[in-house]
Amino acid sequence: MLDTTRPVETPEGIELALRVAGPVVRALAWAIDFGIRIIFYIALSFFLNTLGDLGIGLLMVSVFVLEWFYPVLFEVYRQGATPGKNAMKIKVLHESGTPVDWSASMIRNLLRVVDFLPFLYGFGLVAMLINEDFKRIGDLAAGTVVVYQEEIPSLKKANSWGDELPLPMPVALTEQQAIVNFADRVQQLPPERAIELANIVTPLTGKTGEAGVKSLCQFANGLI
Amino acid sequence: MKQRTFEDSHQQQWDTLEGWLDKRKNVAEFPQLYRQVCQHLALARDRHYTPHLIERLNRLVLRGHQHLYQTQSRLFAKIINFIGVEFPQRVRQESLLVGLSSLLFFGSLLGMFISVQFNPNLVYSLMDSGRVLEMEAMYEPKLVGHNRDAESDFFMFGFYIRNNISIGFQTFAGGILFCVGTLFFLIFNGLYLGCVAGHLTHIGYSVPFYSFVAGHSALELMAIVLAGAAGLKLGLALIAPGRLCRLQALRHAAAQSIFLIYGVIIMLLLAAFIEAFWSSNAAIAPEIKYTVGGLLWIIVIAYFILVGRRRAN
Repeated sequence: MLDTTRPVETPEGIELALRVAGPVVRALAWAIDFGIRIIFYIALSFFLNTLGDLGIGLLMVSVFVLEWFYPVLFEVYRQGATPGKNAMKIKVLHESGTPVDWSASMIRNLLRVVDFLPFLYGFGLVAMLINEDFKRIGDLAAGTVVVYQEEIPSLKKANSWGDELPLPMPVALTEQQAIVNFADRVQQLPPERAIELANIVTPLTGKTGEAGVKSLCQFANGLI
Repeated sequence: MKQRTFEDSHQQQWDTLEGWLDKRKNVAEFPQLYRQVCQHLALARDRHYTPHLIERLNRLVLRGHQHLYQTQSRLFAKIINFIGVEFPQRVRQESLLVGLSSLLFFGSLLGMFISVQFNPNLVYSLMDSGRVLEMEAMYEPKLVGHNRDAESDFFMFGFYIRNNISIGFQTFAGGILFCVGTLFFLIFNGLYLGCVAGHLTHIGYSVPFYSFVAGHSALELMAIVLAGAAGLKLGLALIAPGRLCRLQALRHAAAQSIFLIYGVIIMLLLAAFIEAFWSSNAAIAPEIKYTVGGLLWIIVIAYFILVGRRRAN
């Protein structure tokens, strides 16, 4: 399937799916972080200006520390997400799906200068577009991926699809799965599209339009 | 088993696990429950339950996975062990690259230094006349005895940290462009320093210049050399990956060379401290500064050769 999930096998012997984040959402996260740092520098310079040369020295140290280590500190101590990444609901993980450690975070953030070349993440973007996991050069070297944060969806209510209805005729396993998947997704589909899809199986339901959608959901309910 | 029955019988376990994860609580039963939910996910997939349920379990397990396999960072103990054992060991492991990097850096430094003695105009090939005058003014022998106040010292401390460590980082990161960036920074900085030293020696400003640089030279120059070695390691992994694929080779090289960079950061912090508060102090006699500078060279080299040899693990 052509999508942005990345399979990871865990020591428990099961396969997890990570959803990797693309260039646009990452650029936005970067822009938010950049904005936060700029505001912080301006505020800091107002305060430190009153301290003369000592203040400028302190300002240079803090600009240095933040420019290089702002992402590292957040990634290591805030579960892989800088404030910008958090706002965009993404985070950094090792390829194995485990949280990033110091070394991986240092590598990916030190190599940021190369990704930034020739201007505004030119190399980084090219690298992201030519590999399947949207990795910039720093990610390739550090073995990290940027993925969407996982919010756990709540279970659907047992009778959200209406009553149970037995299937009128024996149906192959794959077709049963198709019916269940249809019922699972019907709320995300535009009503017209749902009707269009349900009409394909009129021979099974014996109905068209809304009624067809409804009986498909009921069949699904009977199946699971 | 029907999905409904499956959901009903395990719902409680899933909610408990989610609760623990939300509170980021460390419970003794966590691994056991986590592995059970892993099994539920595998079952749900195998029995072709609805994508919604599989997705829910997938994310639950994913969060559990990250919680279970996080690394405990005992930062302070790690830093002590790094300075006392690991850093010099790593440097010795890369002795070939360190040698190559020193050759490039000190070679271009020395070459430029000697060339400037024979052809003083060479100084203008790397900097314009304004910059040369500025540099001459900085080490004007008449100004010896003129002391900076503590605030300016701190200003310079900030400047050195930002400037020097950034150069170190760039020297390292540039290596990923098939060594080109590292070669550039090593050779350019070598030529530049050779040029400055050569020019100031040529016009007879030796004492103020060398007494200024003596103190921090060992740490600063060696740090740049090590950053160069780390960068070369990255680039060479791409040029000559050996039996691994290029990506794997790069990853190995990066994971090892980052430790050199930790050391480089520590060395450059120390160097910036010495440069701002000791080297600039004009009240100290040049002879003392030369002695301390020489001692630091001996200490730095002895540290890399001798420290961390006993512990074999």
